[in-house]
Amino acid sequence: MPSKTIKVDLLARVEGEGALKLVIRDGKVRRAEFNIFEPPRFFEAFLRGRHFTETPDIVARICGICPVAYQMSAVHALENLVGVSVDGPLRELRRLLYCGEWIESHVLHIYMLHAPDFLGYDGGVQMARDHGDAVKRGLQLKKVGNEILQLLGGREIHPINVRVGGFHRTPRKRELAPLAEKLKWAREAALETARWVATFDFPERERDYAFVTLNHATEYPFNEGRIVSNRGLDIAAAEYDEHFEESHVAHSTALHSRLKDGGGAYLTGPLARFNMCFAQLSPLAQQTAREIGLGESCRNPYRSIMVRAVETVYACDEALRVIENYEEPDTPCVAVQPRSGVGYAATEAPRGMLYHRYQIGDDGLIQDAQIVPPTSQNQACLEEDLIDFIGGFLDLPDKDLQYRAEQTVRNYDPCISCATHFLTLDIDRA
Amino acid sequence: MERKKPRLAVWKFASCDGCQLSLLDCEDELLAVAGALDLAYFPEATRGEVKGVYDLSLVEGSITTAHDAERIHEVRRRSRTLVTIGACATSGGIQALRNFADVREFTSIVYAHPEYIHTLETSTAISDHVPVDFELRGCPINKGQLVDVVSAFLSGRRPNTPAHSVCIECKLKGNVCVMVAKAAPCLGPVTHAGCGALCPSYDRGCYGCFGPKETPNAPSLSAWLGGMGLDAKALERVYRTFNANAETFRKESERHAEQDNQG
Repeated sequence: MPSKTIKVDLLARVEGEGALKLVIRDGKVRRAEFNIFEPPRFFEAFLRGRHFTETPDIVARICGICPVAYQMSAVHALENLVGVSVDGPLRELRRLLYCGEWIESHVLHIYMLHAPDFLGYDGGVQMARDHGDAVKRGLQLKKVGNEILQLLGGREIHPINVRVGGFHRTPRKRELAPLAEKLKWAREAALETARWVATFDFPERERDYAFVTLNHATEYPFNEGRIVSNRGLDIAAAEYDEHFEESHVAHSTALHSRLKDGGGAYLTGPLARFNMCFAQLSPLAQQTAREIGLGESCRNPYRSIMVRAVETVYACDEALRVIENYEEPDTPCVAVQPRSGVGYAATEAPRGMLYHRYQIGDDGLIQDAQIVPPTSQNQACLEEDLIDFIGGFLDLPDKDLQYRAEQTVRNYDPCISCATHFLTLDIDRA
Repeated sequence: MERKKPRLAVWKFASCDGCQLSLLDCEDELLAVAGALDLAYFPEATRGEVKGVYDLSLVEGSITTAHDAERIHEVRRRSRTLVTIGACATSGGIQALRNFADVREFTSIVYAHPEYIHTLETSTAISDHVPVDFELRGCPINKGQLVDVVSAFLSGRRPNTPAHSVCIECKLKGNVCVMVAKAAPCLGPVTHAGCGALCPSYDRGCYGCFGPKETPNAPSLSAWLGGMGLDAKALERVYRTFNANAETFRKESERHAEQDNQG
């Protein structure tokens, strides 16, 4: 078999700008490089010297696709630092906000970015010519997620209502009520989505991933839980640095994460959550998974689109639960006073675990910040997928091989804008 | 014969992707936009690419690398009409905070191998590099305004984006002034309208994400904010957020930074 190099100069239908290079020698993929060339934006550097209360507004700007994840990780880390816990209706509203982001982000990925790979279109808009009803359903479903963000966050992108300790303003019960009606429709549409994506043709490829996710005893993970893996890891967010390490490679402005002590690459995101936290899904989401043939576990990354659909059913279900049980809180926010120290938190962004650490002084100014987004964490795993799977597609013509390689990347819903703002631990340090 | 549809291109420079996502967030209008325009280049949404010249280019993001400083000229050459979308493209965005610092120090804080990183010392607006036909403000942009800009292009009229301050939007909405009633620091008086006075409607002060309005009087607002207890350091930070490099905000922040240094 001839030697060749497959190059994709600009990956389409991902968030941010990245490229791909596969080196094939003697019938084997020798090297796979997922190249993130998004310019660095230095968030961790310019957070230094900012007042801690400014953090939710600033870190939202790391990513327009999942700003809520950044806001939630930041407020939880800072509340951990100042010793405040946010419970009751405020905690429930944060779950609702996360439901909104999961719905809009998952549905964007399913309909506009990923489904076109399975049905052979360049994008969702082109797909709409032949699959108009499906695309319209997707857009309306996405809109319900965005309406949650609008009401609770003020706007869909870079919400303005989140603060350390809670919210600036909490909604009245009557403001939430119209959302419940829309969510009942959305839950049905999410079910239809799951049935629709289950009809796609999936390559039968599996890997024995090291899954890493938050895990909570009673709820599917959004904001809280221990960091666990299917290899026995079970730690608090504060112990993250002791178990994970990052390295900086020349071909990418994002860093590669690995588990320490030879644990290697790991996968975070929908597949990890689904496999590790199936028991915490709502009965309807569990039933959906069974109905569409996923069962309780899935190690085929091409089927991640089905898992996203199941998680969308869950997010609609969970949003309805929050709205139906909502009691207006007495105050929109718990009082917070700065004190010097270090705070940690991890939350589950739609595309995986997002870790934040902050150090602040008595004056409330940030001295140091570390932000580890999911796409950085998945990067090493993604390259391993390419090496493992693409070897099985080498008899395809180059054009199809390239398409398959791109799809293998898009399985991850990688957010490249996020990944470039990654702070390393200086592993060269003695 | 069917009239040829104008070609739309969407470009990205240093940014969070939020402003181009606003186009995909126009759930009710997206298919209509796609019906009226040929999505000729929009990598976030489609693999397809029509090469050549584009009738309308929407440009997101700021210029932060030598490569991008060249690429924007290529984009300009291939665009009949070039519209910038968002704070990054119109003022350099939050990444312009490097303009007040030493970018080499920033690089060594963030990266283990600073030598792998190639970046400019500044983050600048698109109009600092090439002529721009229209600038749409906001971090992020307002999607209603985006739809208006696209329809204005299609019908050959000027976009309807008022240049007054957020204060006017607050008055139109019937909000009580958060600065007067709650002593909440608010940039509304100097900030360009467009968000619909979002922050005051949620019981907090405006933080200026649409950048300076026309003819703002920032020193006067700073005097009010100083009277409310903000010191020079806090005032410097107030103007250094998502439009830190917009001239009015930059100058005002520098004035307070100087005061702080003289301490």
